[in-house]
Amino acid sequence: MEKLLEIKHLKKHFIIKGEKAGQNRLRAVEDVSFDIFKGETLGLVGESGSGKTTAGRTLLRLYEPTDGSIIYAGKDITKVPIQPYRRKMQYIFQDPYASLNPRMTVGDIVGEPIDIHKLANSKGERRERINSLLEQVGLNSEQATRYPHEFSGGQRQRIGIARALAVEPEFIVCDEPVSALDVSIQAQIINMLEKLQQDMGLTYLFIAHDLAVVKHISQRIGVMYLGKIVELAETKELHARPLHPYTRALLSAIPAFDPQVNRARKRIILEGEIPNPLTPPKGCVFSTRCPYAKEICHEQTPVLRELSGGHQVACHFAGEF
Amino acid sequence: MENNHLIDIQDLRVSFFTPGGEVQAVRGVSWFLNEGEALGIVGESGSGKSVSVYAIMRLLQHPGRVTGGSIRFNGTDILSLSEDDMRKIRGNDIAMIFQDPMTSLNPVYTVGNQICEPLKLHRNMKGKSARERAIELLGMVGIPNPARRLKQYPFEFSGGMRQRAMISMALACEPKLLIADEPTTALDVTIQAQILEIMKDLKNRRNMSIVLITHDLGIVSDICDKIIIMYGGEIMEYGPIEALYSSPSHPYTNGLINSLPKIDEEVGTQLTPIEGSPVDLMHPPAGCPFAPRCEQCMKVCLTEKPPYFEMEPDHYSACWLHYNRKGN
Repeated sequence: MEKLLEIKHLKKHFIIKGEKAGQNRLRAVEDVSFDIFKGETLGLVGESGSGKTTAGRTLLRLYEPTDGSIIYAGKDITKVPIQPYRRKMQYIFQDPYASLNPRMTVGDIVGEPIDIHKLANSKGERRERINSLLEQVGLNSEQATRYPHEFSGGQRQRIGIARALAVEPEFIVCDEPVSALDVSIQAQIINMLEKLQQDMGLTYLFIAHDLAVVKHISQRIGVMYLGKIVELAETKELHARPLHPYTRALLSAIPAFDPQVNRARKRIILEGEIPNPLTPPKGCVFSTRCPYAKEICHEQTPVLRELSGGHQVACHFAGEF
Repeated sequence: MENNHLIDIQDLRVSFFTPGGEVQAVRGVSWFLNEGEALGIVGESGSGKSVSVYAIMRLLQHPGRVTGGSIRFNGTDILSLSEDDMRKIRGNDIAMIFQDPMTSLNPVYTVGNQICEPLKLHRNMKGKSARERAIELLGMVGIPNPARRLKQYPFEFSGGMRQRAMISMALACEPKLLIADEPTTALDVTIQAQILEIMKDLKNRRNMSIVLITHDLGIVSDICDKIIIMYGGEIMEYGPIEALYSSPSHPYTNGLINSLPKIDEEVGTQLTPIEGSPVDLMHPPAGCPFAPRCEQCMKVCLTEKPPYFEMEPDHYSACWLHYNRKGN
């Protein structure tokens, strides 16, 4: 398969004001490498503070990376002027209430990328494009003159999607696009994202904490914990044979739909919580909560290695327990 | 009405009297719960699931008001109690945990102070004995080093810790009924699993009854015995979870299930969303509230409210499709 994006040793650190020197560096994304194939949906899961959103934003250079490189369609875009690439790479935000400017009409929100990239030659063409984008996401052209507050959460998410589509991108980072929505509306948006992908040949990085949603939409899934990817595999493979202890705990923590499945299965309940990212544990980031942790885990950081057919895992003892 | 239900709600109605008109948030809801049972109330935003339990706690805020029906707890009519008598029940016999652990603790009091409050109020406990009980409670919900934690303020707690603190506060007086309004929605899944384990344990070991409000069918499947599906302020379907999960019989329940990605299903399963948008409760429809979005909608659905048809013992569905069933 053709690689659309190659992420190599990407790091994004934030310096936190008011913290002691030496303890003020928040390593939100720490040495992360992965590829995204053309036309696929790569899911990125993890709990709050795992760095999944920062990773998504950094690879679009909404945050400038601290280190590492981002290669888009064979070109290193880590340091080049980014604006031409914004036409190819877009972002759908989590919060449909906060990501639309309340003072702009829906038409102007969707039209702004068209203006910036000069994609319309006349006012009429601009209007036509806006109308067809709105229709593409299940809204109608009369709604172009209205303001965001007049729309429901699901409709606003559609507006955000229309804005991302305005530049006819190849790649979209979808950052928790459905987590603020009710179940029935969530399914409408998921189906629409899938249809758009088919129709336009889009590639998605789909960031979410809901593993059921990610399982549904992604071909491959990466699991993040405290700034690192701990496991990455094809969806079926990851669910059938999770190799990292964290992935196992994460998967077992989600209640199943079927009451009998819930009663029959054994839960792995993790002790404690995700550590403070300002003072991450030595060695493996998961070692403080890992039921299998041995001495080496507290000393050496395991690297992400491929065990079998594209199944990558960062654990000293993967496949041994 | 003589029965031994712990809580018995009949034809409960709640409205919000807004400047724009009356919003009928809960429109005739009846259910009961026995000791040691856990009930899940599931619905989307605006279905009336939270409002109906706020009415049980008598915590409805202006402009909300109960406009009809009755709520009996242990035989006592809760709606006719004076505020003083209600205060003796609230936090004592019935306790509640709220969705947002970030905003439902008081930021200017220590956690210990807040856990001791119900003990002082309802159990006449003082200083040292209250503090010792608070330490015990915090330890019970899995907070390490409870004696030190007791002296801290909520901002020093993480989200999961705050939710635990709130649970320990709710458990302080060993209530007969625990109402949990989306207790894990704001939490990560591994923390959610920890909280759900604590709740299961309380139900099994202390025979506590639980009303759990959630939009997550998986959580209900995990810890509840019975389930109510709400839509537009009404109950669409209710019954034992096995029956409802294996043979859902209301089109809305089916719609909800089919639009939900499930962790225990094959990769590549199609989602079928419910088209349209939720009902406007300022102008509630005459018939079934789900009719405008229902693919199997018939003429009668638009004009007449369906009664509850018994599908199997204790499993009821408010849908005209079952009109011709045997026995109805």
